[in-house]
Amino acid sequence: MQDLSLHILDIVENSIASKASQVAIRITEDPEEDQMILEIEDDGVGIPPELVERVVDPFFTTRTTRKVGLGLSLLQQAARLCEGDLHVRSTQGEGTLVRASFRYHHIDRKPLGDIPSTLVALIVGNPSVDLQYVHCKAGKTFCVDTAQFKRELEGIPIDHPQAIRLIREETRRGLEELGYLFA
Amino acid sequence: MTKIKVEDLKRIKEEVQKATSLREGGKRVKTTVHMGTCGIASGARKVLNSLVSAIEEEGVQDVMVTTSGCIGICSKEPLVTVEVLGEDPITYQSMDENKMRQVFRRHIIGGEVQRQFALAKGLE
Repeated sequence: MQDLSLHILDIVENSIASKASQVAIRITEDPEEDQMILEIEDDGVGIPPELVERVVDPFFTTRTTRKVGLGLSLLQQAARLCEGDLHVRSTQGEGTLVRASFRYHHIDRKPLGDIPSTLVALIVGNPSVDLQYVHCKAGKTFCVDTAQFKRELEGIPIDHPQAIRLIREETRRGLEELGYLFA
Repeated sequence: MTKIKVEDLKRIKEEVQKATSLREGGKRVKTTVHMGTCGIASGARKVLNSLVSAIEEEGVQDVMVTTSGCIGICSKEPLVTVEVLGEDPITYQSMDENKMRQVFRRHIIGGEVQRQFALAKGLE
């Protein structure tokens, strides 16, 4: 995975596989404290207690199509490479919280990446899931809430090409206000 | 907070309703981009975004895009399955943005299977 936005896409796919109807993605950047936190919280089926510790084991997966499960292992590696760590907290029947921390200024900390494309991929693939993206940086907050869009679209599908383009453009603009540049 | 305005959404709603009334039916093509960890790591997100952009640019209304998980052929990712109504699904392998645009133009729109990129015909 080249950047954090690809990890986010991957971990949220786990949430969706666990039948989540709501997924919150929270990013908090604190350059002064040299810290960055990524949290992904869902209301999916959760992970049985005896398996929570094994989810970061690359040779553990619940899938049957292959014998390895790399998603969380790769995110853990990305966090540990820059003196951060990864924690998974899960309650069966309630949901799962994945929390990754990073040393903000560490040279190996992966860049944020193309968040607009990640959100578009998640919305197009899973239009019925409500996604919330909250990004805090230096006192500013940018937020995308697909449940709110759906209400305002009044029945027009959120994965309609024009709605998707609007979400992509607004996400880009919001992140540019936080200081990110997009090609 | 985000600045998507209610007026923008209302405008889209009106435009979409106009287009939908012409269609009155289901979709003609279902396209599935495989989005497992393997797919994502090898570029599936770019493939999906190029397809979504192509659909928007062409103003095509009858093509559905969805995602699925890993099907165990990780070395051939990114995989894209194109299912034209009434025909066998075709799974394309090692896709990238350019190949996706070609498959969109020639297969999804033109109806001609792009054999050179195809991995398999039929259901997974």
